[in-house]
This record gives sequence, structure tokens and C-alpha cells, in this order.
Amino acid sequence: MSLLFKGRKTEYQRTGHSFFTRWYFSLFNTIRQGIQSLGEMWRTPAASMMTILVLGLSLTLPSTLYLVVKNVQKVSSGFDNAAEISLFVKQEMSAQQVQTLVKRLALFSEVEDVRLISKTQALEEFKQVSGFANALDYLDANPLPDVVLVTPTERHRQPEAAKALLRKLQQEREVDFGKLDIEWLERLNAILNLLKESVITIAALLLTSVILIIGNTIRLSIMDKRSEIQVMKLVGATNGFIQAPFLWTGIWYGVVGGFVALICNLLMMWWLESAVAQVTGIYQSSFILQGLSADEFITLIGLAVILGFSGSYLSVRRYIKEIEPDKV
Amino acid sequence: MIKFQDVSKTYPGGHLALEKVSFHIKKGELAFLTGHSGAGKSTLLKLISLMERPSAGSVAINGVDLSAIKQQQIPYVRRDIGIIFQNHRLLDRYSVFDNVALPLVIEGAHRKQIEKRVSAALEKVGLGDKARCNPLTLSGGEQQRVGIARAIVNSPPVLLADEPTGNLDPELSMEILKLFEDFNKHGTSVLIATHDLGLIARMKYRSLTLKNGRLLSDPLAPEARI
Repeated sequence: MSLLFKGRKTEYQRTGHSFFTRWYFSLFNTIRQGIQSLGEMWRTPAASMMTILVLGLSLTLPSTLYLVVKNVQKVSSGFDNAAEISLFVKQEMSAQQVQTLVKRLALFSEVEDVRLISKTQALEEFKQVSGFANALDYLDANPLPDVVLVTPTERHRQPEAAKALLRKLQQEREVDFGKLDIEWLERLNAILNLLKESVITIAALLLTSVILIIGNTIRLSIMDKRSEIQVMKLVGATNGFIQAPFLWTGIWYGVVGGFVALICNLLMMWWLESAVAQVTGIYQSSFILQGLSADEFITLIGLAVILGFSGSYLSVRRYIKEIEPDKV
Repeated sequence: MIKFQDVSKTYPGGHLALEKVSFHIKKGELAFLTGHSGAGKSTLLKLISLMERPSAGSVAINGVDLSAIKQQQIPYVRRDIGIIFQNHRLLDRYSVFDNVALPLVIEGAHRKQIEKRVSAALEKVGLGDKARCNPLTLSGGEQQRVGIARAIVNSPPVLLADEPTGNLDPELSMEILKLFEDFNKHGTSVLIATHDLGLIARMKYRSLTLKNGRLLSDPLAPEARI
């Protein structure tokens, strides 16, 4: 008797495997289908490459903008000293009263450091910087006030907190008026926030379009294999079995697209590096452009995989269910 | 094995394709289904393979009432039915081996088991040396035999064939029918839809004749209705 007719089992017997056996078969099939779908992509390189490039380039734009924000933030975090408060002491205050003020301010919990620039020091500095040294010698008295420079603690360097501290310090009886020059920092922060919001909006739009593009690619692939799907259903394939290779294709698109985005980012960083070095050279700074960290790279790949999977899932859920064998 | 009880099928638009059809094909029986075009043969096969549901009456396979089957259970029922198509419906992207292996892959069979059974099925239909070929490179008769190998590779208890010899010459047709006889001798219930009356006359098996959706003749009709 042929092997074909030995040990014939009913469907119940065939599906009556233990949980472990079914789990093993399911895992084995999933891996097999994953590898097969990779081979399928390899067999249609042009179509696959187009979709992968769309995904990769769509991810490149928001990830590059993200890197810009990240680097600008890194630069602006070096501007903490910009929150330094200058307190101009009343002219009539004696040197001892000024010293007392300095000691008192140093005890404030919001204050990290206090530095005094006496009126004599200030005049000397002004003479050197201004180039009016000879003219200043003709002055009867020093017109400059004593200045106390107050550096707030880290918590009080933010614009609002620094402003509140300024108001508090101006209440001191020795202080004529105070100055906090952080308007430009506020503007920079506002621009950064705007950039962040723009990145999120652009990313949301691009990523939505990526999902739709992948969904459409998978839909076309499903339509192309319509008769194949019908035959598979007729010989007993479940929707899940038929869907799996398409879902895998979406996942592979995501993985390879993520790497494409990473390569594009590296190329852009490399391209920008010399320009940044030129700028930092002018300011005698040692700023180094930061790329994606390992965590950020994993997040990028993960996001790409989620996009690829979501796009294909939307298509397979809808179209594979709709395809039914229509002719015996 | 296949039991129809007062089965009617009306398509949307009111076309009555089958009207109160009753018959019973027992386990290990071979029968022909014949009738002119539009008699209802295809509809009857579609009801067995769950491509359509009856409007009235009941269809049972292996004692399972198909009207009680839920949508998600349909694939599992179909695994017990081997279907052979007139136009073969082979997948051109795959080799002969992969085409025949498809039902086993779908069932989640082990690789070694797949290799053994596919080889046995191809040997059975005389195509043991064509396993690595692309179906498109084969003749019509060979393609039909690949389709048969695919239908029997997982040993389904029921085999349906829709005009399996429609495009073949008489000699090849007899070869194909001898294969069906062989499967039938091993206990497979076989239902062959054909309009080749000469073939039916030569084979001397039970013949169900449909006309305008009604079962016109069935030699075993009285027993079938018991």
C-alpha cells in the first residue's frame, strides 16, 4: 500500500496535537514564512527597493530634524551663564555695606555664586576696553556703580525662575536696579520649541504617508497573487497562514528602511561636520556634532518595523478576507 | 461520506441553481456527476467545498453538518476534501514539488514528512522525475496529474474532480480515471463531475444526473433517501 494511504487521519486527529506540538509547528511555520518572504523580496528587487527607499527617506527627514534639535539643545545648554543677574548697587552705599550685601546674597537658596565687581575694577576694565583711558582720567569722580553678579542655581536658571529671582533681589535696599539679559535665550528656546513641534507634525504626516504607501504596495502584491490566494484557500489555508508572508514583507521593509534612514543620517552628519567645524573654529569652541545614539538607533528601527507592519496589516486585514475562491 | 438532504440553492437575483437535491455517497464510493451546462454541477461542487452555502436543506461531509460550520472553521473542513480542477490551477511561481507540497505545508507538516509524501504522490501519478520542474514546462496531461497529486497528497477522505479530463485526449483521460479508481480502492470517496457520457459508460460506476438544478437520475436514490 502506498505511503499516501497509510495511517490516514481525520482532520480532528490531524489538528488534535498537543499544545506544545501546535506551538512548535506555529513557530516553525512563522520562521519559515519570514525567510520565504525575504526571498520573495529578493526576487522582486526593483519594487521592493522603491518601497524601502520611500520608507527610508521618509524616516530620514524627521530623524535629521530631530538631530538638529538635539544638537541645538546641546549648544543652548552651554548658555546657562546667560541667566546671570547683574545687580547695580546704589552710589551712596559704602564698601562695607556692599560687602554685607554680597555675604547676604550668598546665603540665598536660589543663588549658586555671587561675585562683586567694584566700581574701581569696573572703571579700569572700561578704560582698557573702551579706548577712552585718557579722557576718563579727566573725570572728578568714578561714575560707575558697584555691580554684584549673581549666578542662580540650576533650578533657577530657566527664564521664568530667573525673572522671579531678579524681582526678589531688586527688593534689597542696597540695590538700585537689576538686569537679566535672557531675552535672546527665551527667543532661542521658543524657536527650538517651534522646531520640535514642526518635527512632530512633519513626522506624523510623513509616517502616515509611509503607512499608506506600504499598505498600497502590499495591496498590489495581494491583488497580483489573487488566484494563488484562492487556490491556497481551496486547499485549506487559513487567513492567518496567507497573511503571514505579507506581514513579514512589511516587517522586512521596516528593518531595511530603518537602516536606509540610518545611512542617510550618517551621510548628512558627515556632510555637515566640516561646516560645523568651521563655525565652531570661529568661536574657538570644541563642539562636536552628535549623531544617533544606540538607543535612538534601536528606536528608529523599531519605529520603521512598526510602520512596515502597520501598513501591511491594514491591507491584509481587508483584502485577504475579501478574496474567496469563486470557481471550482 | 457526502450527504445532501433536500438541498436547494438560490443565487442573489433569484436564479434557482439546485432544487431539493438529495443523495448519499458512501465512504469508499466512486460516483459521476453529470448534466448539461448550467444543470447545477458546479454549484453542487461549490456547496461541498464550502464556496457556497445552501439556501435550504443540509450538506454533510464525514458526518459533519456544513451548515453548522463557522467561517473560521472552513479551512479545516477543506483539508479533508481534495479538489481537482479542469484548468489545474497550479501556481506557476512554484516548482511541481512545492505545488504538491502546499496542502502539507498549510497543515504544518514536518519537512521530512512533506518530502516523503510529496515523492509518494508524484510517483503515484507517474511524475517522480518532474519534481523540480516548473508546471508551465509540463504538458496538459502532466499538469493535470500534478493537480491530482496535490489533491491526494494529504490523503483526504473525499476527492472532488471538476471535468478532470475536459482538455485531455481519450487515452490520457482513461489514465487519469484509472488513478481515481486506484484512490477509490484505498477507501477515498470520489465524486467526478463530467459531461463525457462515453467515459461514464465505460467506467460502470454510479452516475448522478442533474437537469435544471434537479437530480434527474440516481441509481441509488431510494437508499440515499433512507
